[in-house]
Amino acid sequence: MVVFNQYLTFLNDLATVDGMSQPPAIEVSGLTKRFGEVQALSGVDLAVEPGTVYGLLGPNGAGKTTTVRVLTTIIRPDAGIARVLGIDVTKDPQRVRQSIGLAGQYAAVDEVLTGRENLELVGQLTHQSRSVVTKRADELLERFGLSHAADRSLKTYSGGMRRRLDLAASLVHRPPVLFLDEPTTGLDPKSRNDLWDMIRELVADGTTLLLTTQYLEEADVLADRIAVIDRGTVIADGTAAELKAQMGATVLEISFVDARGADAALATIASVVPGAETDGAVVRAPVYDGAKTAMEVLRAIDAAGLDVGGLTVREPSLDDVFLTLTGHRAEEIDPRPDDSDVAPAAAPGGAQ
Amino acid sequence: MTAPEASIAVTVPRTAAASPSIEATGSKLSWAVKDTLALAKRNLLHYTRVPQLLVFTFIQPIMFVLLFRYVFGGSIAVPGGYVNYLMPGIFGQTVVFGATSTAIGLAEDLGGGIIERFRSLPMVRMSVLAGRTGADVVRNTGVVIVMFIVGFAVGFRPHGGVPRIVLGAALVLAFAFALSWVMALVGLKVANGEAAQAVAFPLMFPLTFASSVFVRVDTMPGWLQGFAAHQPVTVVVNAARGLMLGPEASAQLRAVGTFTTSTTSYVLQSVAWIAAILAIFVPLAVRQFNKS
Ligand SMILES: Nc1ncnc2c1ncn2[C@@H]1O[C@H](COP(=O)(O)OP(=O)(O)OP(=O)(O)O)[C@@H](O)[C@H]1O
Ligand SMILES: [Mg+2]
Repeated sequence: MVVFNQYLTFLNDLATVDGMSQPPAIEVSGLTKRFGEVQALSGVDLAVEPGTVYGLLGPNGAGKTTTVRVLTTIIRPDAGIARVLGIDVTKDPQRVRQSIGLAGQYAAVDEVLTGRENLELVGQLTHQSRSVVTKRADELLERFGLSHAADRSLKTYSGGMRRRLDLAASLVHRPPVLFLDEPTTGLDPKSRNDLWDMIRELVADGTTLLLTTQYLEEADVLADRIAVIDRGTVIADGTAAELKAQMGATVLEISFVDARGADAALATIASVVPGAETDGAVVRAPVYDGAKTAMEVLRAIDAAGLDVGGLTVREPSLDDVFLTLTGHRAEEIDPRPDDSDVAPAAAPGGAQ
Repeated sequence: MTAPEASIAVTVPRTAAASPSIEATGSKLSWAVKDTLALAKRNLLHYTRVPQLLVFTFIQPIMFVLLFRYVFGGSIAVPGGYVNYLMPGIFGQTVVFGATSTAIGLAEDLGGGIIERFRSLPMVRMSVLAGRTGADVVRNTGVVIVMFIVGFAVGFRPHGGVPRIVLGAALVLAFAFALSWVMALVGLKVANGEAAQAVAFPLMFPLTFASSVFVRVDTMPGWLQGFAAHQPVTVVVNAARGLMLGPEASAQLRAVGTFTTSTTSYVLQSVAWIAAILAIFVPLAVRQFNKS
């Protein structure tokens, strides 16, 4: 570790001297993994800057968990490179394990033990001294609002409490790189918001976080950068703003009394907005340069004397991004019927 | 979020803060021991907190003692009295049945996701298996002590002397440890608690009942004697019996044909069985664990 720190310091110096950017905290290229018939990953590429939050967004069966399991040394990829803090996960997994924390998709805690015992067990297994472990457990129980339940068996915990304990367990050894696989799935809106706050607090001190989610809003709220993953490949990546910009457009939705009005309006504005289309009595016009085109559209409709029933201006959501990129909505069930069923049952420690 | 430029400066001290504790506590061997102890403690806590496990561990063998001592025992004639013959058998039967809990415990861990976390921690992986089989040695020791007391209460009076009685118990426990590794392999293969039980039981049943545990092998039909007299449970139980009951009783048992060889030979055969089982199944279980 000492050597490694020197290496980091060296890179840091290099970066300041030459103005080079620092190496990514997580680096993945060309990652593939196959489970029998299922190609879970077919060439995943990612780069996560140190101290940032990276959101891996994708529907059921996209390959999020598989990517996380490779990066956390639980499974070996078939091909490709995965590095955490510059260390190759297949060549030196033991060193990678010293720097990572994982809260998997399914809470990996011991149901029989108490909350405190669970944290202390992880502390011992990460080779910290007893006094450090005891203090750290107290601190984390307090921070995650579990002090009152610290000495109760996990059987008495609610789903939200169990999630928080699982997250706490991933932090016992203060890992500089953290992986959270769908941290808020199954939580009610309030617990989700609470957990978001805790995650924000966590990363405020420089932890690098890779987070997977099926919730567009979650990626938007928490992540600095987002990769959209579908069927084992990253199909887009960037900041939330970049992804939205890539999709272009603010969408102008103008509704009319009937479909005839909408058709007439479409004919009128076709030259101004070529991408416009009708949907029943509604005209949808994507506008790429904001106000200017929007005004033109409205003027043309007004000049044609058409009766406008309603007008909405919609900024693109990540849902639109997903729909445009994949042709299906993110929260739809995975269209491949037999794949999506395998994932939940197989994920925790199934055959690899 | 922290600006990317600032973060290396933040990351380095954080890593540095984590590493001393990881480095300070020493070599790989001492980690292996510490991890094994931590996990053994966790597994033992399960035995004390899950009522079904407690019943399975302690109540079931007591019921076997009562059943054979008072219900069936009257019709089984053995030189030296049936209760003395029975108790070393009970020790053997208890640890053989108990070994299935190694399979069930490991399988449940594998199915339950906590192994996922273990695999992402810098712990020594082998300690998951060692912590499980180690905890089972501690549990078996406790069970044998309790069964000894129960036996004493129902009239068990071994005359082998303390050192030989302890040696006999140690042999049974060592055999149980070896069986734990067989069962560890079963648990790792099936990775499901109920399936583990389903696989383990048909293995354990003939080993326990087609043996010298409860009855005299020399009263069985000839075709069965061939198996029953030489299979490891009989060998180990007879070794413990010979040691615990003392030379006089063993000579009597040999005279009527219940023992087919001397106690010393049973002891040596037991040691050979234990060594062979360990030599085969420890590597197999470790390989299976690394694979899954
Ligand atoms: N151990 C396994 N054995 C067989 N197939 C697997 C295994 N793990 C994953 N898969 C398959 O690989 C594909 C990707 O799964 P993965 O768990 O990575 O998806 P995910 O994006 O995490 O999905 P979800 O949102 O449902 O958690 C799925 O089709 C899944 O069925
Ligand atoms: Mg998943």
